[in-house]
Parts: sequence; structure tokens; C-alpha cells
Amino acid sequence: MHELPITQTILDIALNHAHGAVITDIRLTIGDLTSFVDDSIQFYWDIISEGTGAVGAKLHFKRIPARAKCEACGREYTIKEEGLLCPHCGSHRVAITAGKEFFVDSIEIQEQTP
Amino acid sequence: MTHIPVVQNILNANDIIAEVNRNKLESAHVFGLNIMASPGAGKTSLIEHTIRGLSGVRVGIINGDTAGYDGDALRAQNAGATAVHINTGGNCHLEAHMIQDALVYLDLPALDLVIIENVGNLVCPAGWKLGTHHNVLVASIPEGADKPYKYPSMYHGVDVLVINKIDLLPYIPFDMDYFKKGVMALNPKVTVFEVSCQTGQGLDAWYDWVRGKIYR
Repeated sequence: MHELPITQTILDIALNHAHGAVITDIRLTIGDLTSFVDDSIQFYWDIISEGTGAVGAKLHFKRIPARAKCEACGREYTIKEEGLLCPHCGSHRVAITAGKEFFVDSIEIQEQTP
Repeated sequence: MTHIPVVQNILNANDIIAEVNRNKLESAHVFGLNIMASPGAGKTSLIEHTIRGLSGVRVGIINGDTAGYDGDALRAQNAGATAVHINTGGNCHLEAHMIQDALVYLDLPALDLVIIENVGNLVCPAGWKLGTHHNVLVASIPEGADKPYKYPSMYHGVDVLVINKIDLLPYIPFDMDYFKKGVMALNPKVTVFEVSCQTGQGLDAWYDWVRGKIYR
């Protein structure tokens, strides 16, 4: 549900940077600690990009796994695969190092004929 | 094909309005709390107790719900607060622009504290800044000790954790050590209160904390 306003924002950002050119690709970076779902964004995208300079643009989703670094043993690990507590020493003294990202990384536009 | 680097935060538009809300609260010397939790954890009960427990503090409440029911706002009013109800029309969390609209209905110079009761949801509300000074998560014993592990973004994104319904600890298997290890892993700086809105246990420490944050 909350992907609708988010998708609208993605469209606004892309159109703003395209300056009227046709947008062919949009690269998004999404951390696993955010609550945004690729399929939902794609679903709304197909509807709201209709009639804009971004219609038909391909969305590329780059997911960033949630990672943590153990402050007890110093090792890094991926939370989804290895759990929240340090899988090496069991410590709960850890720092989240990745997974909160949520941004439009770049867009591709068609060359404009001079 | 031309490549255009963008690198723009998608939640930026929300964050900008949250900043406007924050400035509005601060210019009126009002302290703001955003209370989040799963449905049934005790958000409304905690708010009712807080309104009554902070005697002399002038409180405004903004209630967010997905449906038209405004019973929570009535409960806050009965407890002595001014309350505004937001019907999100099915949206699963409150966003900064909804708070911007709701703040118009509160006479901020006549208040000391604004408490926002977010939509009952343990997934998305933490991602959306509202402009309050602190995010508060209400957890409750019957939910189970595994919730930090299952909903890491919520537990990661709050400043204060109120563990409610601790009067049920003798009756419900709840591994507090496992729960707190998950909390500490995600959020080592979080301030924790253990309370029961049923018996009143632990609430004084919570009231003292809130009172200490209020401007005057």
C-alpha cells in the first residue's frame, strides 16, 4: 500500500532529472531494512508512469542486504542469512552497517537529436 | 543513451515536511512524541495514562487509524487532552504531510506536549519521520520475545521502547533475555521502560522521563 506515494516520488525525481527527455531506465537502491517491496513498486509504476516521459522505463532494483559488524569479535555478517545476533560469537553488541538505503541512484535517457 | 547520476533519497519529500512540523512544534515550545506499536500492544492505554499521569501538562493528541473509527480520540479527550483524529483511508502508517494538516487543528501555544498515535503496524511506520522529537515503540509481553528479530526496522528506528503488560509475565512464556538481546543488537542506545498499564507498575519512571523532556 505505501509503495504508491513512494512510486510517485520516484517518478517525480526521474522526470525532474530528465528535463523532458524520454527515460529508458531507472536504477533504484533499496536496503533490506526498509519496508519497500520491489514488486509493489513495479505494480504502481506500470500504472502511474502511463502518459509521462517515463512510460515503459525499466526499473532496476539493487537490493542491499542488512549487515552488521560485531563489536565483540569484529566480524561482519548478513542479518537475513545469519541472524540478528553475531553468528560467530553470539554477542548482541553489534552495529548495523548496511540495509537502510533507499534512493534513486541514476536514470538513463534517450539521446536527444539536436 | 545518456546516463544521469541522481542519488536522491526517495523519502526526502517526507523528511522536508517532517522538518517543517518539527519547527512548528519547537517555535511553540511543544515537545512531540510519535508512538508506534502493533495493534493491541497498548498505545491508546499508555497515552490515556500519560495524559492523566502528567497532571498540569497540557497535552494534544493526534490519532491515526486506517478506518473512520474515532474512539481513540474520544478516549484521549475523556482523559483530558485535546485530540485530532486522522483517518488514513487505509494507509498503513502516518506520513509527515498528514501531521502537517492535523497540526492546524491544535492550538499549539496552549500545549506543552503533542503525542501522535501512529497506525497499529510493526512494519512501516518507523520509516516515515513525522517531525516529533522522539519515536517511541510500545512492545507487549503477549506479542512474544521474537519480535525484534522479526521486525528489525521498527526496533532499529526508535529512541524509546516501552515494554507494556509486564503484569502478564508470570502467565505467558516470554524470554526477556532473548528479547533484550535482540533489542540491544538493533538499537544499543534505546531507552527502555517496563510498565503495566493495567497495574500502573513502572509508569512513574515513564512519566518522569516525559516530564523531563517538556520545555518549561
